[in-house]
Amino acid sequence: MTAQTSVVERGGWWRTIPTESLWRNLGLVGVLVVLFVIGAIIRPDLYGDSDWVVNNMLVILQQAAAIGVVTVGVTFVIIGGGIDLSVGALIALAGVWSTTLATQSYGAGGMIFAAIAVGTIAGALNGLLIAYGRLVPFIATLAMLVAARGLAAQISGKQTQVSGNQFINGIATTRVAGIPMLVIILAVAAALGWVLLNRTTFGRRTVAIGSNAEAARLAGINVRRHTLLLYALSGLCCGIGAIMLTSLATSAQAAAAELYELDAIAAAIIGGTLLSGGRGTIVGSMFGVIVFSAITNLFAIANLPTEVQNMVKGGIIVLAVLIQQIRFRSLTALFRKP
Amino acid sequence: MSETVLELDGVVKEFPGVRALDGVHLQVRAGEVHCLLGQNGAGKSTLIKVLAGVHKPDAGTVTWQGSPVSFANPQAAMKAGIATIYQELDLVDHLSVAENVFLGQEPSRFGFVHRRTAASRTRTVLQRLGHPEIPVHRLVEALPSAGKQIVSMARALSHEAKLIIMDEPSAVLAHDEVANLFRIIRELTAEGIAVVYISHRLEEIREIGDRVTVLKDGRTSAVDLPARTTPTRDLVSKMTGRSIEYVFPPREGTPGEVLLQVSGLSRAQEFHDVSFTVRTGEIVGIAGLVGSGRSELLETVYGARTPESGTVSFAGRNLPAGSVAAAVRAGLGLAPEERKSQALLLAEPVYRNITLTTFGRYAHGGFTDAGREQAEASRIADALELRPRDVRRPAGTLSGGNQQKVVVGRWLLGDTRLLLLDEPTRGVDVGARAELYQVIRDLARRGVGVLLVSSEVPEVLGLADRVLVMREGRLIKQAPAGELTEDDVLDLVMAGSLSPTSS
Ligand SMILES: Nc1ncnc2c1ncn2[C@@H]1O[C@H](COP(=O)(O)OP(=O)(O)OP(=O)(O)O)[C@@H](O)[C@H]1O
Ligand SMILES: [Mg+2]
Repeated sequence: MTAQTSVVERGGWWRTIPTESLWRNLGLVGVLVVLFVIGAIIRPDLYGDSDWVVNNMLVILQQAAAIGVVTVGVTFVIIGGGIDLSVGALIALAGVWSTTLATQSYGAGGMIFAAIAVGTIAGALNGLLIAYGRLVPFIATLAMLVAARGLAAQISGKQTQVSGNQFINGIATTRVAGIPMLVIILAVAAALGWVLLNRTTFGRRTVAIGSNAEAARLAGINVRRHTLLLYALSGLCCGIGAIMLTSLATSAQAAAAELYELDAIAAAIIGGTLLSGGRGTIVGSMFGVIVFSAITNLFAIANLPTEVQNMVKGGIIVLAVLIQQIRFRSLTALFRKP
Repeated sequence: MSETVLELDGVVKEFPGVRALDGVHLQVRAGEVHCLLGQNGAGKSTLIKVLAGVHKPDAGTVTWQGSPVSFANPQAAMKAGIATIYQELDLVDHLSVAENVFLGQEPSRFGFVHRRTAASRTRTVLQRLGHPEIPVHRLVEALPSAGKQIVSMARALSHEAKLIIMDEPSAVLAHDEVANLFRIIRELTAEGIAVVYISHRLEEIREIGDRVTVLKDGRTSAVDLPARTTPTRDLVSKMTGRSIEYVFPPREGTPGEVLLQVSGLSRAQEFHDVSFTVRTGEIVGIAGLVGSGRSELLETVYGARTPESGTVSFAGRNLPAGSVAAAVRAGLGLAPEERKSQALLLAEPVYRNITLTTFGRYAHGGFTDAGREQAEASRIADALELRPRDVRRPAGTLSGGNQQKVVVGRWLLGDTRLLLLDEPTRGVDVGARAELYQVIRDLARRGVGVLLVSSEVPEVLGLADRVLVMREGRLIKQAPAGELTEDDVLDLVMAGSLSPTSS
């Protein structure tokens, strides 16, 4: 046997796949370090104080918490070969729905249930349109974006709805062992997302469908049902994110979480998720979210206008996609002719 | 003796972890058909990609028409007069036939593509290929796979090439198409054009080839063998290092009760009123030309297409129309025709491709069991001689024949009760093919029903217990394999299709 199998095999290059995402994550850590150094140069007074530095890091994470949870859902959708543009609008809708006077009368449990139910149902509706109605994900979720914002404005009468619930409002101010509750929620969501993606049949189906939907279908995977579930998962994450935002602001409004969809998608992409599906990591997405949050934080500290901030973010996205394309091409160029 | 146009000396190409070419020598003369033989993974496709400028060799020299060359990219190789038909189709699905044929070398005027010229020149080339019926403005994605192969041949012919490389062009062609291909090859060589021809079918090499170079594990193991007279035994042993009896395993046992009952199945334009049965432990072969509706029939039985009328009943119960998931749950499995687009997750590890239909079974409470999956996949890899054997590599880095083994091997796991095989040995080398036949026969012995589609008539006759012949969407004959000869089947299949417009 050995004689005829002697195509020279060398020590595992397949390990370059994990290594590749490792490198990318290290790169994002590098970006964080650079941002830190820039901060230290601009405001040596603040960065000299270690208490302030630790606290500021927690602030960065706290700011990243709601969008981070949403990014977990969006990462799943993108790996599964779709896209979800409606997440910001779903947060607003879930937030507004769960803070109406009627809902608030059911207490914290009622509010949390309402937010999660509204998010999940709206997400499932996305999934239904895409999987069974054969709408392109881009169009279906764009329509949902518009409709959900409209409905949120209708419900709230374009007013800011103040949350009078002490439990909900308290989530954002609670710390466990010095760590903000919102950060803990994010950590739990990310950990669950990681397990779901890497260790379960749900995750395996997601990757299979995103890699080659036809092959998945012919292998007996129920592609439509799974697609529906993916969008419902994304909606569920929006529901959780809505509670977190309501808690932070002690209020909800129809204009909340604007452009979260772009931030979430961008975070997933700079974290290494392939827009065409089939490949991506939760850890990478989380780094992506934290990098964006750190940029926002730095600009606030340095008192720079948000316009510049957005330009920098845009630049980072372009850079990340360029890097991704180069990597991706070198991988696929071997099978395709240009 | 005519002059040498191409000479390779000591060519090495390394991929991370694999030395695909390890010092290859090759000499091609003008006007000859030079055949490359070698097992799956021997390095044939890698070699021709080096010639075509897709890969850069790590060492060694390529001498083209007397001067050493190193092509920076495929365009450079094309300009120098080397045209290539790749093993994996490389057409752009969303472009038209004409746009594909002239991709990257569009006839233009003032920077604008001259579409009329492109269209008319495409028509000329298609005419020459015997396929004037292919509409030049049709999108390539709308063509059947044999049609796509014709388009990629048209592309190679549209260049003023001095050397045309064909990597397993016959793998997707039907019998009459192959004859057509050979006619074109003869025309080309008569003009002094050299052809490098790769195929795992020795009969083809005997018919069209002049000389043979054999590759084994990335090295040249034999050169300058006369294609017509070298005994098969020698060719096979040069390729594999051992001798393989190229025979079909004996039929044993008698089929049991009816497992699959197809009644009056129809789909417009594809097949009409098809009825047949498959019993447990029975291998039923379907012969027919590409385009006769065989693959569509298989996919419909499997639930991947919805029939317009008729029923599929399995083990006494009707399968819901158009539900693959239900069919798989009932115990059906399909190894589809096009491995890349219909079967493989190219970036995923081989073991996940092999367990794509069974990972749910190995899971515990929704949690996948990667260790068990790798163990099961390795078992299949051993049985089918997958090379390289490591099941953690991305499936896309395997050679074509090895990818095919992954597609079929998937269904050897789990308890499939009826296996639908669409061209299961496409691109698989002689040695592995014998293994595969044995594996299929073993399945039948264990009571699995097999429905086999193949363009190779000897394969259908040798492997199947019973043969169905399809022509233009109709089942025109059912008979035990022993009662038919190859010529009978070919006559049945071809009758009425005198014009080559059947694809
Ligand atoms: N892009 C790649 N990355 C890593 N390894 C590769 C790559 N392409 C090919 N290989 C490896 O190189 C070896 C030679 O592959 P090649 O495709 O040339 O074989 P082949 O002779 O054409 O086989 P087949 O008859 O199955 O088509 C194989 O072991 C294959 O796994
Ligand atoms: Mg090959």
